[in-house]
Amino acid sequence: MGIIAFLIFFPFLAAVVLSLMKKQSKARDGVVIASCVLIIAAAVTLAVTFLSSGRTQEYLVEAPLWNNLILAGEIFLMLLVFYYGFRYRKYYVVLLSAAGTIPIVWEELAGYGVEGKNHITVDYLTVIMCLIVGVVGSLICLYAIGYMKDYHRHHTEYRNRTPFFLSILFVFLGAMFGLVLSANLSWMFFFWEITSICSFLLIGYSQTDIAIRNSFRALWMNLLGGFGFAMAILYCTFVLKIANIQDLVNIGSQNGGATFVVVPVAFLAFAALTKSAQMPFSGWLLGAMVAPTPTSALLHSATMVKAGVYLLIRLSPAMQGTVPGLMVVLVGGFTFFAASVLAISQSDGKKVLAYSTISNLGLIAACAGVGTYESAWAAILLMIFHAVAKSLMFLSTGAVENCTGSRDIEDMHGLIVRLPKLAFVMIIGIFGMYLAPFGMLIAKWAALKSFVDSGNILLMLFLAFGSGTTMFYWTKWLGKLIAVPHSSRPHPDTIHRDERVTLATLASLVVILCILFPVISANLVRPVLVAMFHTTSLSVITRGDVPIMLLMMCMIVILPVAARLLTLGKKNKPVLAYMAGVNKGDDCTFVDSFGESKQMYLANWYFTDLFGEEKILKPCLAIAAAVIVVLMVVVIGGVL
Amino acid sequence: MKMSKSPWLLHYDGSSCNGCDIEVLAATTPVYDVERFGVVNTGNPKHADIFLITGGVNDQNKEVVKQLYDQMPDPKVVVAIGICACDGGIFKECYNILGGADKVIPVDIYVPGCAARPEAIIDGVVKAVALLDQKREQMKAAESAEGGAEHD
Amino acid sequence: MEVWITVLKVVLFIVLAPFVGGLLSGLDRKITARFQGRQGPPLLQPFYDLAKLFNKQSLIVNKFQVFLIGGYVMFTVFTGCLFFAGGDLLLAFFALTLGETFFLMAAFSANSPFSAMGVQREMVQTMCTEPMILIATIGFYRATGSFMVSDIVKVGTSPIVYLPGMFIGFLFILTIKLRKSPFDLSTSHHAHQEMVKGTTTDLTGNIFALIELSEWYEQVLLLAYIALFIINRNPWSILAAVVVCLLCYFLEILVDNVFPRVKWDKMFRSAWIVTLIFGGVNLLAILFLNVIH
Repeated sequence: MGIIAFLIFFPFLAAVVLSLMKKQSKARDGVVIASCVLIIAAAVTLAVTFLSSGRTQEYLVEAPLWNNLILAGEIFLMLLVFYYGFRYRKYYVVLLSAAGTIPIVWEELAGYGVEGKNHITVDYLTVIMCLIVGVVGSLICLYAIGYMKDYHRHHTEYRNRTPFFLSILFVFLGAMFGLVLSANLSWMFFFWEITSICSFLLIGYSQTDIAIRNSFRALWMNLLGGFGFAMAILYCTFVLKIANIQDLVNIGSQNGGATFVVVPVAFLAFAALTKSAQMPFSGWLLGAMVAPTPTSALLHSATMVKAGVYLLIRLSPAMQGTVPGLMVVLVGGFTFFAASVLAISQSDGKKVLAYSTISNLGLIAACAGVGTYESAWAAILLMIFHAVAKSLMFLSTGAVENCTGSRDIEDMHGLIVRLPKLAFVMIIGIFGMYLAPFGMLIAKWAALKSFVDSGNILLMLFLAFGSGTTMFYWTKWLGKLIAVPHSSRPHPDTIHRDERVTLATLASLVVILCILFPVISANLVRPVLVAMFHTTSLSVITRGDVPIMLLMMCMIVILPVAARLLTLGKKNKPVLAYMAGVNKGDDCTFVDSFGESKQMYLANWYFTDLFGEEKILKPCLAIAAAVIVVLMVVVIGGVL
Repeated sequence: MKMSKSPWLLHYDGSSCNGCDIEVLAATTPVYDVERFGVVNTGNPKHADIFLITGGVNDQNKEVVKQLYDQMPDPKVVVAIGICACDGGIFKECYNILGGADKVIPVDIYVPGCAARPEAIIDGVVKAVALLDQKREQMKAAESAEGGAEHD
Repeated sequence: MEVWITVLKVVLFIVLAPFVGGLLSGLDRKITARFQGRQGPPLLQPFYDLAKLFNKQSLIVNKFQVFLIGGYVMFTVFTGCLFFAGGDLLLAFFALTLGETFFLMAAFSANSPFSAMGVQREMVQTMCTEPMILIATIGFYRATGSFMVSDIVKVGTSPIVYLPGMFIGFLFILTIKLRKSPFDLSTSHHAHQEMVKGTTTDLTGNIFALIELSEWYEQVLLLAYIALFIINRNPWSILAAVVVCLLCYFLEILVDNVFPRVKWDKMFRSAWIVTLIFGGVNLLAILFLNVIH
């Protein structure tokens, strides 16, 4: 219990301390580093102590004091939103916040709240989430120390609010721990709202017009989700007389598709879809790109968006074969495909990552929505691998931006020569995102199998076409990194030490997770599923395939040696690339028809006239919105 | 297996009047079916074994000819086709002409004519093919000598 | 005992596939020549070419090239081994994609305008073929109840009975995979005016020979995939499969000679539409009829 309290409260404490340390100093860096180390240690300790016993632990059956505190917290959050809403004259957020919070507060104060069940639960899924949030989240905070120094060196026009920034990062971590450890819906709601508001504050960090606009977009979309969450709580309290998410899932999975449980599940699923930026709510995540890189990394990979899919995975058994399940499956599957198509048309590195995040989350959501043993397995593994690989990609993109001044993929041409270490890390990240035998692909494979078994043809088509487009946008990025122009020289590597530590750790995690994948699957993921679906464990990937994948891993490792053997000891003579015989000394300049030298520029293809945002974004949002509206109406109409 | 069974061509037009080029292309049309002998017109120096050059060399294309030659992997043979490629021909005295192809790269086979006829061109290629085998032998000998030296 | 048979199959694939692939290429060139009213090269011409390429000096443009091509060769051969050992179709497909990615990276690393243009087109080609291969694989699973090649070849009725649409769709993308005209955009065995040799422009000598060699492996693999549609429990079906494969190959040669090269967008649209119509409708039909297990 102590360790749980530590995980929830310590980040808040660190946040308070950091917000008081206004001056940039060694001491402040020290506080951040120490806090990160402590959080990682605590998360690992929790995991170890839990795994050694292996029993689901429940705490705080009676907690009136905490209930009141959380109620006060909810009111405080609402007032905070009121303040910002009035200050920036965005009255709709005021309305949304009030609509979500006031009914909950009324219900609690009027004494309708259902009590008598535990408020905190530690089970396998919680432990997995704590590890993701603790390890990846802390690494991102660590990276933020060095990054923010460079950020303000490059952007002197923004007010330096680093203490505020760092403290919000830690508040975020605390809220995430709170969210995943809570079993009580009202408690979850409170932490849910904290993450919404933190993301709002972080996105608006630079206080430029666009940042403020995007931060409010994030806020209203998340508050809308919060409103859905609140509706689910009210329904659970008044109709089902439960306050605990596990009870809801149990009732849901026992009475599959019965109208009375479908409603809260649908509302929660709706909230989760907004949080994990599924279409039509993808806009806020793309807008979040204006914020400093640690924000985007934290929002995209380890925390915020994972909150949404975490909730979906929790609900997964209750969604199998129901209308909310169908909604999640369709929206998720469609988002997976549409976002990967949109990613092709982008050249801004962070934007590609944003679309890829949305796309991958869509896949996770779809897996959760299918709600079978196999699909949940895929969802959890996707979540783990995605958190690690995607944060690596974000942070290395940020590091490249700080070194070269650009995060455009076109400008990363020949990075393997200019910044070899960073390029190598990025290549690992990209391999981790979509190629065999790395983690994401294994999980995608399982996802495909489960989709096929579920018999949903739309999902199969989305996955088939989506993996083609996914391959396209990743490969062309990979190609930019690996190009070797002869004239380029190494670029000064100005990455800070703490950034280096983070990148190296994450890169090794990507590889280690791939090797350890059978262990993780057996010891962490399978127990979750056994508890969820009450079935004895099946193996999702056929047993014979695991050694084959390890063999592939070995092949990649021994490739340099093999390549040496394949050339049969021949001496290779270096020459310039073929440019129709008009190279001018190197392979980047050529002689034009006037006899003058001209720079050559190799661009990737973007298909903006086919896949551009202005072309297909609106129709995609409309389709997804229509699916959500129609199915929500069906659900609500079924009850009335 | 001999290299001569698969001679791949690269054709480059220096500053010719295009007469020889037309004949070279005519020689690679289905009428003569040079593919019978494994000949392929690659258009890429890096895949080519035989360099067919027509027309003289001038100041502007001097570098191009050199680069194309350098980017061909050994063993390789150069065939100068037409009198202009052999020594500059009718353009020899022009202010911009350096002379035949052998002013910038080593030419192995000379096929005279204005324009050289397809039969003559094919004959040149056949000679080049024989030379290719010879050069390969030399290369091998040099390699083994070098390899032997390394082992010592 | 069974293990040894599997090992034998893999060894046979590694040894024989280049011969089969090379012969098929020779046949291709011979037939193409006859279409054009010529005598054409000897049947063994591809082997002469390969031997010559191995005998040539290799020029490289950077030190990564050899490494990346090595990856391509290794994973293409590995995919074939996995397939002929009776492994998982999906895993084989993923391994093939990995190999393909190495090839794309090699072309990218060359940093030449022709390789660069070729590689962008090659990526479009992959984007065109990937959905259909995945859908056909799903089709095999729904029709036979297994992703394992070893199980699929043991079914009572040939999968093509359930998967006629997928068969047509797969034939369509086979043209793209084999880089036959009208879809020989990224590199081609025919002359290419605007981009020399595309993806393989900057590969020379033995490195280029390795590319040719793995293309032969890939060719055999793709035809084996076609054969999978035909083969069933009856041993005679193998003969039928060989005949069908040869017919399909002949069809590809015919198409190669009849159609002029198209632009990438036409290829992209047509490939996706064909995939959606033939693959999608067939998938819908077998889901509807529920022919599973």
